[in-house]
Amino acid sequence: MKRVIVFALTGLLALVGCAPAPVTPTEVPTPMPGPRALRVMTHDSFDIGEETIAAFEEQYDAQVEILQSGDAGVMLNQAILSADNPLADVLYGVDNTILSRALEAGILVPYNSPLLDEIPDSLKLDNQHRALPVDYGNVCLNYDKGWFADHDLTLPVSLEDLVKPDYKGLTVVENAATSSPGLAFLLATIGHFGETGNYTYLDYWADLRANDVLVVEGWEDAYWGQFTYGSGGEGDRPIVVSYASSPPVEVYFAEEPFEEAPTAAVVGAGSCFRQIEFVGILKGAQDRDLAEAWVDFMLGATFQEDIPLHMFMFPANQNAVLPDVFANFAVIPERPAEVDYTAIEANRETWVEAWTEVVLR
Amino acid sequence: MGRGVDRGGAALRDYKRSKMQDAGHLLHLASCLLPLVFLLLFYFYPLASILTLSFAPAGSLSLAPLEKLFRTPYYLHTLWFTTWQAALSTLLTVGLALPGAYVFARYDFFGKSLVQALTTVPFVLPTIVVALAFTALLGPRGMLNVGLMSLLGLDRPPLNFQYTLGVILLAHVFYNYTLILRIVGTYWANLDPRLEEAARMLGANRWQALREVTLPLLTPAIGAASLLTFIFCFTSFGVILVLGGPRFATIEVEIYRQTIQYLNLPLAAALSVIQIIFTFALMAAYTRLQARPLDLRPRQVTQRRPRNRREWLVIGANVGLMLALLIAPLVALVERSLTLPAVNGVSLAFYRQLFENPRGSAFYVPPMAAVRNSVEFALATMVLSVTLGLMAAAVLDARRETRFLGRLLDPIFMLPLGTSAVTLGLGYIVALDEPPLNLRTSPLLIVLAHTLVALPFVVRSVLPALRSIQPHLRETAALLGATPYRVWREVDLPIVARAILVGAVFAFTISMGEFGATSLIARPERPTMPIAIYRFLGRPGASNYGQALAMSTLLMLVCTASFLAIERFRVGEVGEF
Repeated sequence: MKRVIVFALTGLLALVGCAPAPVTPTEVPTPMPGPRALRVMTHDSFDIGEETIAAFEEQYDAQVEILQSGDAGVMLNQAILSADNPLADVLYGVDNTILSRALEAGILVPYNSPLLDEIPDSLKLDNQHRALPVDYGNVCLNYDKGWFADHDLTLPVSLEDLVKPDYKGLTVVENAATSSPGLAFLLATIGHFGETGNYTYLDYWADLRANDVLVVEGWEDAYWGQFTYGSGGEGDRPIVVSYASSPPVEVYFAEEPFEEAPTAAVVGAGSCFRQIEFVGILKGAQDRDLAEAWVDFMLGATFQEDIPLHMFMFPANQNAVLPDVFANFAVIPERPAEVDYTAIEANRETWVEAWTEVVLR
Repeated sequence: MGRGVDRGGAALRDYKRSKMQDAGHLLHLASCLLPLVFLLLFYFYPLASILTLSFAPAGSLSLAPLEKLFRTPYYLHTLWFTTWQAALSTLLTVGLALPGAYVFARYDFFGKSLVQALTTVPFVLPTIVVALAFTALLGPRGMLNVGLMSLLGLDRPPLNFQYTLGVILLAHVFYNYTLILRIVGTYWANLDPRLEEAARMLGANRWQALREVTLPLLTPAIGAASLLTFIFCFTSFGVILVLGGPRFATIEVEIYRQTIQYLNLPLAAALSVIQIIFTFALMAAYTRLQARPLDLRPRQVTQRRPRNRREWLVIGANVGLMLALLIAPLVALVERSLTLPAVNGVSLAFYRQLFENPRGSAFYVPPMAAVRNSVEFALATMVLSVTLGLMAAAVLDARRETRFLGRLLDPIFMLPLGTSAVTLGLGYIVALDEPPLNLRTSPLLIVLAHTLVALPFVVRSVLPALRSIQPHLRETAALLGATPYRVWREVDLPIVARAILVGAVFAFTISMGEFGATSLIARPERPTMPIAIYRFLGRPGASNYGQALAMSTLLMLVCTASFLAIERFRVGEVGEF
């Protein structure tokens, strides 16, 4: 019955001739003799060079299908719900804020890639190597250099600066309950100020609120709508939560060539949160060998050196050479705030609820 | 004529009528079945799967999450806020758009179809883009505040719209104005103006005639359009999140948070169920508002060019409102896409950059490919939802025997609109994973998901018109020997053709602008225009911002052109009202 109806509907669509042809060259799932197929599930921010993927496809006579599946949270939920009948062979894009959930769900299988040797130990969070680090980036405060010069105000250098009277009404942050940089910045304050003692992260946020911090839904709204630099003048907040890589990206995507970045990141000790993105092989992968080859490929030089200018993250492989714009304009915070990834999963709801209570209600 | 002949004629009539009814029943059955099967497969089945998984993860049913909802003040508060903001938004939208509908129904003037097309453009714009347009107009450094500051010599922006209830309401009017304008306006255009004139002749003043004669006749159309508006605002997501800011939350926002942030499926499912029950109850109450058969007049008779200054004033005021409320934000976007802040001049640089792929990205979207993908999805959605929607409307229109069925089915056809995209999206992942329904990564799934949302719009647009047809017209046609199909084609179609086009425009629009559900479906490369816009907005840099706005402008252009084209569409030589 079902089959008949599906055929009828498909037929109807095909008949009308307007349907996007349901069968496209990229999605022939039947394993035919010929190229091997690899499906990679990832988030919407995934991007890489055409030639990079082509290099892999050529080397392994394979066809790579990239399934973009919403943001990292949506993607992981899809992967968990489809665990019994996985949508893909490889999952890329789980970061340390949701790593624990991915590992507990048991959807990834261990793979001890030989390339792990080239990756610093500080990035390897899962000692069973179910999740292998691919890249990392730091969520930091960014400020508009020109605005501070015009207003003759000292540049911010630490989280503590934001609660000073001079900085009243200057900062915009993202909602920790719905935005990934928003959550990362909350984690930075938790790592920096701690949960106990006489000045906790909640005390800090209460002070920030008193200093007129603006909380908005997501990065796009904060950066383009509220940040003074982002949209070229509509916003009125010169400090925004963004990434340490945003200043070089501003240079890279500028309309006119810059001598120096128009914005800068606050990278003082404990003022940033480091996001690490992982790749893993999904349990039930159809072609395990090819999946392993892909993981090795992602950790190898070709792919790693292509990461910065496509995803604006830093390659995990320490041998990868950075592009000029990153080498010249990017600053890597030496001591990001420390929050254990297992603690994040265990406390996420409590932290976010407490934060919401203090900052928004 | 003798009595015998007359009796023979009656027998023949009875025979023909019963034949017609048989054929009608068969047709009914078929057209009843197809939309139902569609809902069963692509709505109820995935929904039931995800709800089962959520409420009974270990096989035993637990309704504790539902209980928890009703014992937590926060969720009760959220439900209350969701309801009243939707009610207020609907009232405002109807209040502002009804005069516009009147003007569009009764007068014919230069530029009318272009203005009408432009008022529908907001419907397709991603919320974040609308938020940026609003900031450009109303933000602390927006045109309005800067203008007022220099005018009044102030040193602080006098108006603060951002992250207030006011901006939520404004955005809901911005998005939904077109629903009232099109659905009510189209229906109103066929109302006989002589009814109102008669009332005036009998001594009623303009206001009394409107209240006592016209508004009651318009009730079915106003009801349908308000209902759609209400459900849209009730399940509002992007507007609340982005424009309202984190202090406001609707049920839909909570469903998203609970699902994505905490993977708390039981709680999310409980919230979804509440939302669905609410939609169903509302719909069931609404179905009581049945349209009555009316004497309809072709629009050539009801519409005329404005004659005096008062009429021009009414038209000017309404078109002015549309320009200020709906079109000014669009113009602000276009203006920004053409301006290079660095050199302070007009330039097509961002449009040129759309066609370049300097880094050789595998995910570069050639603008024409995005346009093609969007339009293909939208056309497929339009065709599928108009086909299914007409069938569904025919079932719901049944007057006698199957009336009970119609009453029951009507709310059911509306349910997808009141269902969380997050919940349904995950339902697809869980349910549609085995052949022959292995559609999880098929582009067809996007069309099906869009159709689900578009179907209620087609049904609601067509049904009031269908119900206004005098039964004697059909009976006469049948009596004269027309087959049921011919009756439909010669009687029904000319009367409902306009309404079908309205439904088609909305189906097309929904698919063009839809992002929420699309982003929840794992999809191979087939990027649409909204997806391309989000991709540009996802990274810093002036040229990305400019390209996002350029792509938004392209989206607006494609939509305006499509609306104008759809409205000009005619089926063969079928005459039209």
